[in-house]
Amino acid sequence: MDITEVPVSQYNKGKKKKTKTPKKKRVSGEGNVEGGGVETKEEQEEKMEKSEQAAAAFPPSFSVSEIKNKQRRHLMFMKFKQEKRKQKLQLKKKKKKEREALGDKAPPKEVPKTIENQRVYDETTVNPEDEEVAFDEGTDEFCSYFNGLTNPKVLITTSDRPRGRTVRFCEQLATVIPNAYVYYRRGLALKRVVPQCIARNFTYVMVVNEDRKVPNGLVLCHLPDGPTAHFKVSSVRLRKEMKRRGKEPTEHSPEVILNNFSTRLGHSIGRLFAALFPQDPQFVGRQVATFHNQRDFIFFRFHRYIFKNEKKVGIQELGPRFTLKLRSLQKGTFDSKFGEYEWVLKVTELRDTCTESFVSL
Amino acid sequence: VSNLNKSDSKIGNLLFCLTKSQNFCRNEYNITGLCNRSSCPLANSQYATIREEKGQCFLYMKVIERAAFPAKMWEKVKLSKNYEKALEQIDENLIYWPRFIRHKCKQRFTKITQYLIRMRKLVLKRQRKLVPLSRKVERREKRKEEKALIAAQLDNAIEKELLERLKQGTYGDIYNFPVHAFDRALEQQDEESEEEEEDEEEEEEDDEDVGKSEFVAEDEVEESDLSDFEEMNKLRTSSDEEEQESSEEEEEEEMEVETKASKSKGKSPANGSAARKKRAYVEIEYEQETEPTPKSRAT
Repeated sequence: MDITEVPVSQYNKGKKKKTKTPKKKRVSGEGNVEGGGVETKEEQEEKMEKSEQAAAAFPPSFSVSEIKNKQRRHLMFMKFKQEKRKQKLQLKKKKKKEREALGDKAPPKEVPKTIENQRVYDETTVNPEDEEVAFDEGTDEFCSYFNGLTNPKVLITTSDRPRGRTVRFCEQLATVIPNAYVYYRRGLALKRVVPQCIARNFTYVMVVNEDRKVPNGLVLCHLPDGPTAHFKVSSVRLRKEMKRRGKEPTEHSPEVILNNFSTRLGHSIGRLFAALFPQDPQFVGRQVATFHNQRDFIFFRFHRYIFKNEKKVGIQELGPRFTLKLRSLQKGTFDSKFGEYEWVLKVTELRDTCTESFVSL
Repeated sequence: VSNLNKSDSKIGNLLFCLTKSQNFCRNEYNITGLCNRSSCPLANSQYATIREEKGQCFLYMKVIERAAFPAKMWEKVKLSKNYEKALEQIDENLIYWPRFIRHKCKQRFTKITQYLIRMRKLVLKRQRKLVPLSRKVERREKRKEEKALIAAQLDNAIEKELLERLKQGTYGDIYNFPVHAFDRALEQQDEESEEEEEDEEEEEEDDEDVGKSEFVAEDEVEESDLSDFEEMNKLRTSSDEEEQESSEEEEEEEMEVETKASKSKGKSPANGSAARKKRAYVEIEYEQETEPTPKSRAT
């Protein structure tokens, strides 16, 4: 962008109070910004940057950052910014006028860039008709569930010595998920818990990990040697903290909505969630559990809905809400030492990696 | 404690120690850990300590005869692993030594064995691994989560999905309006003749009423936050309208509804209306308000 065209006199006025400015040369028309209080010869000798009107331009200019005096540099910069802002406003106004003038024929509004728009296309996105994927899903650990053979039975527990919030969270989870049982941990090792659960026909083990009296992690383990997913849990809202909530969730099995689980990884996680709930939802209950994936954060909500008419539906939130972020996915049941990790979140402090996301879109 | 060594007395009572910090002695051979004249290994020419290395306890002794040989000053005796035997060993080694040192040695030995036992027990239990969180990363993740939440527009997404499912007919025949409504919607979009619309509307009214009245009954059963008289009236009229399709189930529901309505009469209407604002409310067209038949209440 051009350095703004500022009539040099402005600078003079500003500066007179502060310093004795040497006489400035007038800038003709669209010149470039002149050296305000710049004294040094070097700067005058320097070539201008971005000078399109080289011919019309007068003596070489400089950029604001080369003024040695901090106060003045600051002042110049502020003025520069103000000018820029002014110009932007003017541009906007002009565009708006043009748009109004054209009326219907105006070109369509430009779509602003969002992360969703700019995302690099992920090759692992699943094509709905992909045969290989369909075959995989037909034979993976969830096939027995999706074929209707097994019914989910969930065991919910916590880490050692859970505190009030975690305990209540577990209880509420148990109301949301039908056929869920909450058990106290009492210092048992998970590796011993898992075979016992298998023996009693549980299909899922959910362990809510607690830190400083607040749930912050979730281990979701599908039982007959299914995958184990480890999530980071954040922003947990219990039922009593929710505004305008409805009554208790009833015993009806809720419907499940899974949004934006489109990559291979997303697919497997999506199936993991889907298998938590019984296959046939009872529409009478009008309850829906939603797992919405956005930029690798999975938001869980539990609502009750009403169809006001064919085009409008009202939803009322009941039940707890929380967000999950996948940290690792392991092939077998929970085994931190010898397990085979299918996917692990790389925590890096570099900025660039955040443009990619793995579970979604 | 005081022996016949000149250097001892020279050290004196006050300035005897250079490794002192806040009443703790940092000398490794100290037996009590406190910095006192009586427990300073430097200030006493006859001294004994217990120290442990890798689970093995040793008794160290220093006597005045070896004061001239700093390399051989401390005599190291390995103590047995058996607690009682070790105590006997201490006794026999420190026979004729001052009471204080003997007592403190045994105390120290007891303490050391206790903590060794605890260490061994802990190893067998589940080890908790502490994973450090990076504050920067956490901060960033929190912000990203907020942004993602805003971008997600959850309510809209859920509503859209539900409507989609309704359209595709996953709900079957539970809700009666779908079919006609979509035809109607399509026609409105295509801007066809108005007559058809009128016809459809007329037909629809009946259907809507019928559908909606069923609907309301279910609604009231589950969300009994009613406290408004309006609501109750709607209820009653709707229940009256259900002549066509009133099955026994519905009558039972009505009963429940009535009882619930009566219970909530006492609540202040303000609460009810406030609570109901966000919720979907069903508009019913009812023709008349008939007198409610006195049903059995407060059974």
